[in-house]
Amino acid sequence: MVELDKVVDKVVSWAGNDEQVEAFASWDRELDVRVYEGKVEYLTQAESSGLGVRVIKNGRQGFAYAQTLDESALREVLEEARDNLEFATYDEYIGLPEPDGVFPVDLELWDGGVLDTPTKLKVGLALELEKVILNGDSRIQKVESSNYADVAWEAALASTTGMKASSRGTGAFLTAHALAEQDGDVRTGGGFSVGRAPDNLSIEEAGKDTIERSTRLLGAVKPKSNRLTVVLDPRVAATFLSIVVGTLSGDAVEKGRSLFAGRISETVGAESLTLVEDPTNPLAYLASRFDAEGLACRPVTLIENGVLRGYLYDTYSARRAKVSSTASASRAGFASTPGVGFRAVNCKPGLESPDDIVAGIDEGVLVCSISGVHSGVNPISGDFSVGAEGLMIRNGTIGSPIKEATIASTIQKMLLGIVGIGNDQEWLPGPSVGVTMAISDISLSGS
Amino acid sequence: MIDQDLAQETINLALSRGAEFVELFAEDKRGMAAGFDDGKVEELSSGRDRGVGVRAIRGETTGYAYTSEFSKQALFKAAEAASSIAIDSQESKSLSVDLHWQSKADPRVPGGSIMWPESVAKADKVRLLELANKSARAQGGDIAQVSCGYADSRRKILVANSNGLWATDDQVRTRFMVSCVAVGDTGMQMGFEVAASTRGFEHFEEVDVEELARLAAERAIRKLSAKPAPTGPMPVVIKGGSGGILFHEACGHGLEADHIVKGTSVYANRIGELVASDLVTLVDDGTVSGEWGTYSIDDEGKPACRNVLIENGLLVDYMWDGCRASRQGRDSSGNGRRQSYQHLPMVRMTNTYILGGTSKAEDIISDTDHGIYVAKLGGGQVDTATGDFVFGMVEAYLIEDGQITTPLRDANLIGNGPEILKKVDCIADDFATTPGTCGKDGQQVPVGCGQPTLRISEITIGGTSNG
Repeated sequence: MVELDKVVDKVVSWAGNDEQVEAFASWDRELDVRVYEGKVEYLTQAESSGLGVRVIKNGRQGFAYAQTLDESALREVLEEARDNLEFATYDEYIGLPEPDGVFPVDLELWDGGVLDTPTKLKVGLALELEKVILNGDSRIQKVESSNYADVAWEAALASTTGMKASSRGTGAFLTAHALAEQDGDVRTGGGFSVGRAPDNLSIEEAGKDTIERSTRLLGAVKPKSNRLTVVLDPRVAATFLSIVVGTLSGDAVEKGRSLFAGRISETVGAESLTLVEDPTNPLAYLASRFDAEGLACRPVTLIENGVLRGYLYDTYSARRAKVSSTASASRAGFASTPGVGFRAVNCKPGLESPDDIVAGIDEGVLVCSISGVHSGVNPISGDFSVGAEGLMIRNGTIGSPIKEATIASTIQKMLLGIVGIGNDQEWLPGPSVGVTMAISDISLSGS
Repeated sequence: MIDQDLAQETINLALSRGAEFVELFAEDKRGMAAGFDDGKVEELSSGRDRGVGVRAIRGETTGYAYTSEFSKQALFKAAEAASSIAIDSQESKSLSVDLHWQSKADPRVPGGSIMWPESVAKADKVRLLELANKSARAQGGDIAQVSCGYADSRRKILVANSNGLWATDDQVRTRFMVSCVAVGDTGMQMGFEVAASTRGFEHFEEVDVEELARLAAERAIRKLSAKPAPTGPMPVVIKGGSGGILFHEACGHGLEADHIVKGTSVYANRIGELVASDLVTLVDDGTVSGEWGTYSIDDEGKPACRNVLIENGLLVDYMWDGCRASRQGRDSSGNGRRQSYQHLPMVRMTNTYILGGTSKAEDIISDTDHGIYVAKLGGGQVDTATGDFVFGMVEAYLIEDGQITTPLRDANLIGNGPEILKKVDCIADDFATTPGTCGKDGQQVPVGCGQPTLRISEITIGGTSNG
């Protein structure tokens, strides 16, 4: 394997005196297995690596990348980035960060088990999961897919401004999607187990999860339109939290695209709501030592007891806002430039159990899954409308399942309408924590 | 990218290790993107993605491996990794198959001459962004922010397989988008427009970026006076060209053979049955010159086809890739696609169209007492096993007494595919298309959608207003 540190140092050493250069290189090895009806449907394995280079000169930025670390390609990428900056407009805030004295926390994100475990054992996990699901409930008609996947990655960054960072990590995933049928009604659902290595995965957990999610809404009917309280299942709440935090990007604030711009110190949510972006939390699935510009990750309080306390900034948006970066730069990979993002949004747990929350609701819906988030949520206007499936709640008791309905409100109203946050916390494979959350005064649209 | 001798050696290596079918997919894609935001050209970025994927199939099992290197050593390593799925077969062949190459498809130039992206100066591309920004901001003081993006790509592919196929394509794509934010007493609203085609820079002979920007800005401004959308079921009229996504979700995905073969589609085992109103004819057509989902050959080397899926309401056929088709003893329908050489091909749509009818759009509207007029749909999502889907409206109005009236705020619509198809009760003659990006199993591919103005007699609106 190529030593990424040396690659990025080399590219940075070619920088001229009048330019800033940042090089980011990464390598990964992936395995992806799907089994179906007791056989391997496909097995994919491969390694890939690449380099992305930002060059800044006279307040202008250019970027280029290549999916290779060949010496000749490195030069070419640097030249291409230099050429690209010629067409950018001068911007006084453009620039690379400098080391800011914050030291990265110790996080062990790497587990050698991903590389050491024989492929055959990994395939065996997916085969066993399929069997467990099929045998676990007579209503399961088929397991559409049972998958094992893992990844091992390394990344390194260096810049002419003295930034230097390298990190590595692993992840392993067991997932399944099943189809259940009862009295002619078909429902589907997926479940998973995740960890840093195959050893961390639980077939039992993934199996139980898949069975529960594919069977619990059997017999669902379209509900009558109504206005009521919804209880978001932890996974749905995690999606909601990600939507909320997406509007708190310093870049969106600076460019007039955040509906929470100019509202620091104002009450934007219920008093029970405290949100902190904290990638240093080792429990968080996307925990990280460094952000995408090489600054050490650190906790950032966004909303405290319902009051808006801060936004997320990368270097560029922080300079525009005349504040410090919150080390919230993220990038999709070597092929993209850094931008404001988030990795580990934590919601302060409440005191009530999920069951207690449900017990306190006269009329509501426990929302088990939502659809159409990309088409029905407008982060500019705040309009929120998504397809929802779940279980009716009447007089504090969970009742019959519903389908083909939508729940709608606005992001602004929903934050203020939070009437319960559970004491449960589930770190999911995504950038936000899962927690049971009840929100009042939501429009349910059905028949 | 690879010469025929090396391809043959690589394929033979995988065959000798027990694979029954072997395919090489080589790709060399160069792309450039330029972003304009907040009054400035923010950045130009360019890159190159290239590599080779080796697919080895034995029985029901597929092995896949890829490499970004084109060396013999790297290709052999990928061939070994891909064929490792066959290792338990214990019957590795020592003889190799002698392949006879046949060029199956030559790149088809989609009419006229192509202005290849690399032959156009970056400054000319950047100038379009400035024009669009100026045009959007000229629409009035409510426009608070404008971002626009230009992107092009040129993707050369080569498919070679153990049946002796040797096919290449040279695919060019150009895309331009504008997004505007308008601010008023009612808060912020957004308007978005995109124009994308399988053309080079000549794309802009047909696409007027200033007009595109004006449309996006006007949409954002109009929405400032929008009222919350209603709740409950209502008739919905969808403007021609704005809502092809509905059929992409409501039935397109459910007609993909991978869902059919696994029995996870509501349309499985229903060939010859009436699945839609007799007004509905649905085709998937990868051959339409210039359209966003068009290609000469698919990513398994099969030439693109025009496939009639539903004819006058009757289910005629599904969409197939090579692997699922051969197991059924039939031909691929040219729908085997992949995001890149790092992905396995699967059944995907190309340009999916509802064909035009005989009604007039204005008659359909005036014939609707109370309903919704959707002038622009956003994305959507479907569960193929149940047929339940959602899609978002990003520009919509109330229809009152046959007239288009109050603009509405964004909301999703929700329905069940087979039920909605039967509720199409008028189709106009004003067919038009829109480009989109389709995601499936983590892979994104460009697709086209198209439909004339049509009415659905009842669909549930996911708004908040009871009135």
